[in-house]
Amino acid sequence: MAKPQPEQQQLPVAQRLRVRYAKRGPMRFTSHRDFARAFERALRRAGLPVAYSQGFTPHPKISYASAAPTGTASEAEYLEVALHTPVDPEAARIALDAALSPGLDILEVRVAGPGPSLAERLEASRWRVELPGVSPSELAKAVSAFLAADEVMVERLTKQGRRRFDARRPVITVEPGAVPDTAGAGECAMMELVVRQGSPAVRPDDVLAGLRVVAGLEPPVPPRVTRLAQGMVTPRGEIADPLEEDAAIGQAGPWVAG
Amino acid sequence: MPVMSVFEQLERLLPLVSKPVQYIGGELGAVVKDWDATTVRWVLMYPDAYEVGLPNQGIQILYEILNEQPDVLCERTYAVWPDLEKLMREHGVPQFTVDAHRPVKAFDLFGVSFATELGYTNLLTALDLAGIPLDARERTDDDPIVLAGGHAAFNPEPIADFIDAAVLGDGEEAALEITSVVRQWKAEGRPGGRDELLFRLVRVEGVYVPRFYDVTYAEDGRIARVQPNRPGVPSRVAKRTTMDLDKWPYPRKPLVPLAETVHERYAVEIFRGCTRGCRFCQAGMITRPVRERSITTIGQMVRDGVEYSGFSEVGLLSLSSADHSEIGDICSGLATQYEGTNVSLSLPSTRVDAFNITLAEELSRNGRRSGLTFAPEGGSERIRKVINKMVTEKDLIRTVVTAYTHGWRQVKLYFMCGLPTETDDDVVQIARLAHEVIKAGREATGSRDIRCTVSIGAFVPKPHTPFQWAAMATPETINHRLKLLKQAINGAGQENFDKSIGRAIGYRYHDGEPSLIEGLLARGDRRVAGVIRRVWEWGGRFDGWSEHFSFQRWVEACAEVLPQYGVDLDWYTTRERHEDEVLPWDHLDSGLDKRWLWRDWQDALAEQEQEDCRWSPCFDCGVCPSMDTEIQIGPTGRKLLPLAVSGRRPS
Repeated sequence: MAKPQPEQQQLPVAQRLRVRYAKRGPMRFTSHRDFARAFERALRRAGLPVAYSQGFTPHPKISYASAAPTGTASEAEYLEVALHTPVDPEAARIALDAALSPGLDILEVRVAGPGPSLAERLEASRWRVELPGVSPSELAKAVSAFLAADEVMVERLTKQGRRRFDARRPVITVEPGAVPDTAGAGECAMMELVVRQGSPAVRPDDVLAGLRVVAGLEPPVPPRVTRLAQGMVTPRGEIADPLEEDAAIGQAGPWVAG
Repeated sequence: MPVMSVFEQLERLLPLVSKPVQYIGGELGAVVKDWDATTVRWVLMYPDAYEVGLPNQGIQILYEILNEQPDVLCERTYAVWPDLEKLMREHGVPQFTVDAHRPVKAFDLFGVSFATELGYTNLLTALDLAGIPLDARERTDDDPIVLAGGHAAFNPEPIADFIDAAVLGDGEEAALEITSVVRQWKAEGRPGGRDELLFRLVRVEGVYVPRFYDVTYAEDGRIARVQPNRPGVPSRVAKRTTMDLDKWPYPRKPLVPLAETVHERYAVEIFRGCTRGCRFCQAGMITRPVRERSITTIGQMVRDGVEYSGFSEVGLLSLSSADHSEIGDICSGLATQYEGTNVSLSLPSTRVDAFNITLAEELSRNGRRSGLTFAPEGGSERIRKVINKMVTEKDLIRTVVTAYTHGWRQVKLYFMCGLPTETDDDVVQIARLAHEVIKAGREATGSRDIRCTVSIGAFVPKPHTPFQWAAMATPETINHRLKLLKQAINGAGQENFDKSIGRAIGYRYHDGEPSLIEGLLARGDRRVAGVIRRVWEWGGRFDGWSEHFSFQRWVEACAEVLPQYGVDLDWYTTRERHEDEVLPWDHLDSGLDKRWLWRDWQDALAEQEQEDCRWSPCFDCGVCPSMDTEIQIGPTGRKLLPLAVSGRRPS
């Protein structure tokens, strides 16, 4: 008996949209998989003409780029979604944002243009780390020690097992500062980091582990971390907008927000 | 006075626990209202983990109906995992709702839906974390009224100490009437406090307040009588039945979780009730009569529900979905509407006949043939007569072979172990049946690439069924039979056995121990409360999860608590009841005539079958006349029209 074949062929890709979205407030506790499920449903609710993969279990064609860890807020997450009919990107942004829970916010949608892929453009991240219960001066001292070191070895449990790696080298800049303390009165420490993407990806908690190694910094409560930006690093150490070269206006097809 | 959210305190704990997303709320369909703008405030709980509780239909329906009332606020809470429970105790964070993270204690009514008795210890955790006294009599006017609902509420006696009231049967109308009583009582300035409110609630049909009934026991440990202890309280409490499901098309705005849950689909009940008469099935007995939702309402609900939720799967639920009078038209109509949209349809199939395969084929038109499930429940023809699962071996094999020849590679068969009158041989016969299925399937398809899975669990006798008098088999007996079955599947003792047949059969089973405890809780009386409390004090949580369940803990708690009453664990489980015994739930009226149940029990022992009253004359189970209800079925003769569904591939 011949293996059954799916009767229907899926339509070819006509347009690729690049999407910047945020995970805010309580929604930062959604995992990447949680977001992916919610986003697929949002595509269906918005009625967007999503292109599907072939086969018995067709999947919508979505590629996600370097998702922030669960528990970390973000203003700059990116994905690319393929459509079988072109749409107006701003109309798609409004429809998708309305179809997602508040706190999962669609900030920007562009039509993918030529040039490097989205993943290639997301070279580094800017993070903001608030440390309730830690004094700004204590952090500043720890940061100085961290930056003065050539190498700060830390350990983390990854999917491949326990790994030991240098948390210092991918860190481009660290700027310590202060914010009002949510855990008590007065101010607490805050820092903004620019960290280059690599393997293993060095994340803010690895830098915090590094601060513990070099200066014994132990935050009394879990820090609040937000990813502020992702993109290419400019010669001045800033992060460039990865969607800058993609078109904000597309050729709208027959699609109307559902 | 506004009730403050505890989210800020909780937020600091969430980075430290597993799957924090389950505690944040924010689902599509979730409702957050202004506390001070409402007068009656409900919190509903499903006493299991969020991933299991969120999809629960009962909670979703009541949540939506209650929140539709402008002056009513309804939020939800679920059982927190032990990692968060520990942190909440350390940091003084109370049991909270996921919607607005308000403390459960601040609400007027706390409704808990029990699909299974194994959730009882989780009720105690939630009460304790909420700061509500476990013992209902110690509660004050500052505590919510704690209500139990769901199928287990048909015998709430084991948790009678911990609840203020139970609601029997369908909740739609009862919840609104309870709301009215509370609204009125609050408007009058809460006269008479908690006691007066409970006394007013007993006048709502279907509401049972255990404290208004006294239970006395005979010397031998059996119940002597259960009687009201004050005037104005009915001697029996009758269940509620929602008639005309087309008037109650809920859920309209299903909750769409961010977290991963056990069912990710838009579910619509296509009918309630079942008169197939399977004698082990409590759901089929207590939800009578059959009430169908019409094909047009089902079509409308699916259309709106899918569009609203963005779910890619639709489940057509009921106790035996293929029995809807217009199921063929429903399936083909929906299949046509959603053809080419990547929305899949599912029909939990339990009936063993070829028609079921026609339906499944219709629903999987897009080419997917995942798995098909049948529930013969009993391995031998004889035991199937005892349980009234009317399917012959010939039919069963023919049905499964039809599934194979229509492209299904994998068929799952459900069975029970420990049924009344069961012998080792009845269970071992399951292996023979599975062997026949594989042999016939190979012959018919010419392929060796077919499999079947035998899944078997222990039978638990439940109240309000013909088996309510039955003795349970001991866990030793169950485990022994499960082992014999495993050996028989692999060909033990059979000459010239083709081992490849054994390898084509998967085997899944559950040990007998948790079922024995479920049996204790299902048919227990008020004396079992002490056992539940002890187990909980010793750390009992999430008893429905094998990794959390401890049989030893329950056995030890029974040994500590029950001897003072002259009874023990065996007395509640492996003891057969007499016809004249007062059962703990006799004062709770499911509509079934106890004399009919007894006759059906005798018929079971005599291996006599009972037809379905939808297609044969009434057999006087008692439900329709005593509840003033009637069978509501089609056909309506209407069809589902083609539909413009967004997201469809243009042709």
